[in-house]
Amino acid sequence: MFRTALRTVLAHKLRLLMTMLAVLLGVAFVAGTLVFTATMDKGLRDSSSKDYAGISVAVTTTGASARDADQGKRPDGVSDALLGRLGRLDGVASAQPVLTGFTGVADAKHNLIGGSSFGTYGGNYAPVGAGHTDPRYHFTSGAAPTGAGQVALDAKTAKDGGYRVGDTVDVAVTGPVMHEKLAGIFTTQDGNVASGGTLTLFDTATAQKLFLAPGLSGGVNLRAAPGTSQQQLLDRVNTAIKGQSGLEAKTAQQLIDDQAKQISAGMSTMNTIFLSFAGVALFVGIFLIANTFTMLVAQRTRELALLRAIGASRRQVTRSVLIEAVIVGVVSSVVGYLVGLGLSLGMRSLISSNGGNLPNNPLVITPTSVISALAVGIVITVLSAWLPARRAAKIPPVAAMSSSDAPPKQRSLIVRNAIGAFFVAVGGALIALGLHSSGSTGQKALTLGGGAAVGLVGIIVLTPLISRPVIGAFTPLLSMFGVSGRLAKRNSLRNPRRTAATATALMIGLTLMSALGVVVTSLKSGIAAAATDGIRADYSISNANFTPMDQSVVAKVKQVPGIAAASGTERADVTIDGKQPEVNAMDTTVLSQLFHVDRISGTVGALSPSQIAVSDKTAAKEHWRTGQSVTVKLPDGSSRQAVVSGTYKGGPGLPATMVDRTMLSGHTFKEPVERVFVKAAPGKAGSALKSDIKEALGNSPIVQVQTRDDLLNSFNTQIDQVLYMVYGLLGMSVVVAVIGVVNTMAMSVFERSREIGMLRAIGLDRRRVKRMVRLESLVISVFGALLGMGAGTFLAWAAGRLIKPSFATYAMKVPWSQYGIFFGAALVVGVLAALWPARRAARLNALEAIKSD
Amino acid sequence: MTTTQPPFATTGESSAAARATALTKVYGEGETRVVALDGIDVEFSRGQFTAIMGPSGSGKSTLMHCMAGLDAITSGSATIGDVELSRLKDKHLTRLRRDRIGFVFQSFNLVPTLTAIENITLTMDIAGRKPDSQWLDQIVDTVGLRDRLKHRPGQLSGGQQQRVACARALAGRPEIVFADEPTGNLDSRSGAEILSFLRESARSFGQTVVMVTHDAVAASYADRVLFLADGRLVDELVAPSADRVLERMKQFDGKGRTS
Repeated sequence: MFRTALRTVLAHKLRLLMTMLAVLLGVAFVAGTLVFTATMDKGLRDSSSKDYAGISVAVTTTGASARDADQGKRPDGVSDALLGRLGRLDGVASAQPVLTGFTGVADAKHNLIGGSSFGTYGGNYAPVGAGHTDPRYHFTSGAAPTGAGQVALDAKTAKDGGYRVGDTVDVAVTGPVMHEKLAGIFTTQDGNVASGGTLTLFDTATAQKLFLAPGLSGGVNLRAAPGTSQQQLLDRVNTAIKGQSGLEAKTAQQLIDDQAKQISAGMSTMNTIFLSFAGVALFVGIFLIANTFTMLVAQRTRELALLRAIGASRRQVTRSVLIEAVIVGVVSSVVGYLVGLGLSLGMRSLISSNGGNLPNNPLVITPTSVISALAVGIVITVLSAWLPARRAAKIPPVAAMSSSDAPPKQRSLIVRNAIGAFFVAVGGALIALGLHSSGSTGQKALTLGGGAAVGLVGIIVLTPLISRPVIGAFTPLLSMFGVSGRLAKRNSLRNPRRTAATATALMIGLTLMSALGVVVTSLKSGIAAAATDGIRADYSISNANFTPMDQSVVAKVKQVPGIAAASGTERADVTIDGKQPEVNAMDTTVLSQLFHVDRISGTVGALSPSQIAVSDKTAAKEHWRTGQSVTVKLPDGSSRQAVVSGTYKGGPGLPATMVDRTMLSGHTFKEPVERVFVKAAPGKAGSALKSDIKEALGNSPIVQVQTRDDLLNSFNTQIDQVLYMVYGLLGMSVVVAVIGVVNTMAMSVFERSREIGMLRAIGLDRRRVKRMVRLESLVISVFGALLGMGAGTFLAWAAGRLIKPSFATYAMKVPWSQYGIFFGAALVVGVLAALWPARRAARLNALEAIKSD
Repeated sequence: MTTTQPPFATTGESSAAARATALTKVYGEGETRVVALDGIDVEFSRGQFTAIMGPSGSGKSTLMHCMAGLDAITSGSATIGDVELSRLKDKHLTRLRRDRIGFVFQSFNLVPTLTAIENITLTMDIAGRKPDSQWLDQIVDTVGLRDRLKHRPGQLSGGQQQRVACARALAGRPEIVFADEPTGNLDSRSGAEILSFLRESARSFGQTVVMVTHDAVAASYADRVLFLADGRLVDELVAPSADRVLERMKQFDGKGRTS
């Protein structure tokens, strides 16, 4: 049986080509993902263990501490006194204070080197040991910074900025620009620098002042003296830091393990994301594979009947078809895995060429990735061939005696339609239930999502039924193409199952793309409304990575001529009557100039230090009334009495609770400013004012001055980047679907070669034979695209109903231009997919085709 | 004639609907070289029903394929009306087949997705011509398919399908109809209906018909029978009877069986 199967595969290799290509692509996608993530995982772990070379125990601040500092609390850290105590512990060879923070370096044109705020860091140069050097850094020119006004830069950053030792470099940490002298240029093994980030070094005292507070370090790296183990040292350190809030100590091994865990978690997320897209592509492939085997079995009816006639059992016939599937699966999976290796290399160099510097270790080929990729390819192929194989076994032996390989009578669609209708009904009922039930949002989401999924499956099952009216609706258009159009239409309806399976493959990708397109477009407009509706200010000033800015920014902006009002907003860690609503502090005397505030009761603007204003929602939630007296606990821990002075209508862009910044004055550490809102004087708003503001801030590379449009664009650009990436990943499944259309058309042409030969004989010219094939391909593609866009819109609508309750400004918006592009792409796909089959059809020799009796 | 003139210049009234002069067809080269047709001279007169017979391998099908512009000729000439086929490129050959030739095949070769009437008017649809409704009615009635016009080929019997094919061949009023073993796949009763129809179309409508067959009874319906052997025209019978045809064919038995 195996030999028969192998011969059959070899005999039909051209007809199996497209199937193999589809499996190959899917497997390559899976293998590429697995190998890429395994390789990255190894590379990143290796580089992370380098980061901890020479460290035995590290003392760090906890994550919560950093957040508190952004909200005006005094930051936690290692005081110089504690640092000294740790250094004198028994068994400590050296204790090195560590400080890091967001630090931007400007190039000559005042732009941020590195382009984005990601990976843009500053640190401290802390000499230790007998050599009195910092072993982490190696200076190639100049020397380490030794005091305020001096910095050192990593070699790549210095080169990018065109800086040499002695130059003045514009650096910014909390907003305002600082003009520093470049003392030295260094190289380092630091992982962040290795992956394309920038690193600016200050001396420890300056770094303390900039990043935390004078005399306070973010952490300490301790090196054990010979004879002291990491664990022994850890125990001593833990005793020494006992009672210090926000500090923890870990051995280097623990830190390496932690980081490895983090890397693995990140990689596994990446794996999951990519593999789900590979899954979609493979799922689409199922339709193609099933189509191919169905057609192959139909074409070989006589041959298979002969096998049965000479004594092969049903099971043997089934098995022979399945063995064919296994051969196809194995060959394409093996090739697919190799392609996947190339893909993962390509992925790495693609990311690297876009600025992300990834570790360049050799590819990691694990047995898991080999086995799972091959298994996926083979199992998918065999599963898809299962039904056709069972059908092959049902061919009666007598079919061998029939005169021609007439395709078997088409099975009735009644059962299929009944199943599909059932699914659609259940799905519809679930959706209705989800929309009108009074359950929790989670329950509703589950019901609605489940309903949409079940309904979608139903629609896929019903596609053959739907194909008739939809393709029927194309008739007037197709009639314009005369006899080719009419024949194309009939041909596409000839085998509804095949047309449906082919169109469904295309539909799946487009469903997801359309749904995503609608949701994202709606989200964008929702965000636009949320981000700008409540705001009256002309400019919003913030740090590029949204870390808080220095209070001095506000004063500098206020001095710019042409500005009517400006105020910083401070996110404050304030407790009111034991509750912790979102509290924003600002200069409330200019509130109405910067925000649209609808007052409901009492006073909202120009608050005194002992007044708070709350939104209606907060008031209702916390049961606060105007005039009520409350106890306010400020960030520095002190308490004061205050009065709820008024309420306003809450909305997007407005905080839940507002206080005047004078209430916080003197009670916060460093007064960190989240944003500065600026209203221009009448007629002054424009690009001139914008550059004046930038100028006033010393053209700081990290501060962004954004108009309302800039703000929206920056949101939209970020969202679009993700959207296009997802489109690209879904594109893979569309490629498989296109291969499916090529496959179906090639098969159709092959099956109908006699008919096409006759048409040629009685006078249909080559051009119109081509057109006939092309139109059929177009009909199938457009049908698939329309189904996909319809289903996608529906899914997006269902998703919108779920998003709406938690996102007030969300409103469903259909991206018509994108839909236009999808539709146009479907047309292109239809034409392209028919290119080869149409040429084959036109080249058919009429005589040969007719003679083959 | 109410039909639009086909786009080929038909100068004057030549008595022959189709003609072959020194028609030679050679397949292959060197050792595999086979001479299928060896200098055939033949005329198919207008309104005449001609049968071509011969043992298998005699070249009778090749002759038909060459005359119908389905196969290229090696040397000599083949004309339909006044059009020399050997000089035509594929595009014009296709148009010639569409406008001036009708075909009936052994295995019917209807388009399964089209109804009977759509199959009948297919050539005219391809040409973008309006069918002559009176003529169409006449043909439909002659083949007796009036109540089957909306059926698909799959819903018709073999005889009915072949009658649809005949109607299709005649519907465009071609210069000549070529029928390739039209009764080969039919029972004798259905076969007789088809043959009567072909003879009738020659007699009543003046339709030139050329039929390739290996069945003596089928050949006896024709006005004349041509006998081919080894690529050469060896004999001709006018107003044949089945017995005379059979007798003539027996003479070939020495060389080979009749198909």
